[in-house]
Amino acid sequence: MMNVLYAIVVLGVLGAVFGLILAVASKIFEVKKDPREEAILSHLAGANCGGCGYPGCGGCAAAILAGDAPVTACAPAGPENAAAIAEIMGMAAPTGERQVAFVRCTGGINAKKRYDYVGVKDCVSATKVAAGPLECQFGCLGFGSCVTACQFGAMSIGENGTAVVDPEKCTNCGACMTACPRHLIVSVPASKKVHVTCANQDKGKAAMSVCSSSCIGCGLCERECKKDAIHVVNGVAVVDYDKCVGCKLCTKVCPRDAIIPVATAEEKEKYKAIKKAQAEKAAAAKKAAEEAAASSAQ
Amino acid sequence: MDQIFELLAITLGAILANNFIFSQFLGICPFLGVSKKVDTAVGMGIAVTFVMGLASAVCFAVNKFVLIPLGLGYMQTVAFILVIASLVQFIEMFLQKSMPSLYTALGVYLPLITTNCAVLGVVLLNVQNDYSFISSVVYGITGGLGFLLAIVLFASIRERLVFADYPKAFEGFPIALVTAGLMALAFMGFSGLKIW
Repeated sequence: MMNVLYAIVVLGVLGAVFGLILAVASKIFEVKKDPREEAILSHLAGANCGGCGYPGCGGCAAAILAGDAPVTACAPAGPENAAAIAEIMGMAAPTGERQVAFVRCTGGINAKKRYDYVGVKDCVSATKVAAGPLECQFGCLGFGSCVTACQFGAMSIGENGTAVVDPEKCTNCGACMTACPRHLIVSVPASKKVHVTCANQDKGKAAMSVCSSSCIGCGLCERECKKDAIHVVNGVAVVDYDKCVGCKLCTKVCPRDAIIPVATAEEKEKYKAIKKAQAEKAAAAKKAAEEAAASSAQ
Repeated sequence: MDQIFELLAITLGAILANNFIFSQFLGICPFLGVSKKVDTAVGMGIAVTFVMGLASAVCFAVNKFVLIPLGLGYMQTVAFILVIASLVQFIEMFLQKSMPSLYTALGVYLPLITTNCAVLGVVLLNVQNDYSFISSVVYGITGGLGFLLAIVLFASIRERLVFADYPKAFEGFPIALVTAGLMALAFMGFSGLKIW
């Protein structure tokens, strides 16, 4: 019994002495650390996802403090935390709304296949075999490289065989965007609902023949838009999110259903009828004006 | 003269014949964990050498002036863990203040060494072999150099392994372990080393 007590006391004293030495040393060798680093770290997501490009959240905090990274470097932390970090750094809170990832393809089962790919279930591998199994050189292959890359479970392969983002879970970390060999995934404002769901840059017939839901660059949407918010760029329609007000007129005229939310046939008919009525009315008004002008001239 | 020969024998033994990694299988976790790049492997090796030398010196003193006189030789392992843990903490603080460049170079590897069995192994072996103070320190430092040699060789091989053609199932740790095994076999060749 005494032996045990003896050992406990000696080791206890030994530990206490070392503790004391460490305590003294921590005072002597104290390095002034910026308390802001700790504060910034507490506002980061803490997932060590590496989405910011720094090794872990600690590295990101140091980089923000050094001014190498913007206060919004941590996408998963969200705008509230970015604002808090901005306050710590004595900067104005960043404006700009939440962005989420968006997959610019809904081809999948609508897209024509060139061959059956039976290799490793990975998009990068698939693109290496004769430029991929799809006729469309721009479309989503649906092997889920982005799903694997996503740390937050926000990506999945949807029912028509293309990748889909769950905007609720998405933190816009950018992992899927780098994982996609076809660069189909882009950041879009979370509040905007009208998107072009195709990235095929081929024109007209070439785009039409490879997929039944491709954008053929016809430009109907561009002409229909009252806000100048959709343009055909490089053969594919692109929404200008700064201008788009979400009126969905473009979805109703798209002959390929390549703009979401896809308008039903009924809606399209209705819109056509309204337009026809408007055109008739305008023609009638014009005629009346001409007649009036003619009568006043007489 | 005798002592010089003894130290030479200890040095050769610690680096080649009784290499801590390849023949005693101590410090395998950092050996496998931080051997993906030569740069980091060198950092880890230097940090381990540094801590092993210092730990040998301090533990020798603790053993000789505290544990043995009080008849607590059987508490060596616990006491040495205590010493190593506080020593690493102390070194970290000291380096951060006085040698920030070395501190940033060693980075995360320094605190990792606290749980390195090679450090505990060397101090226990010192006691087991009944080494004198100088022999202990030399054994600590050369043991660390042996670790440095092993991890740098291994990291160099692993860097080249990336381009090697091996079955996919071996990717990552399996092929690393096979490589480590082959290197250990190669180091077995030193076990017959005799100087006199």
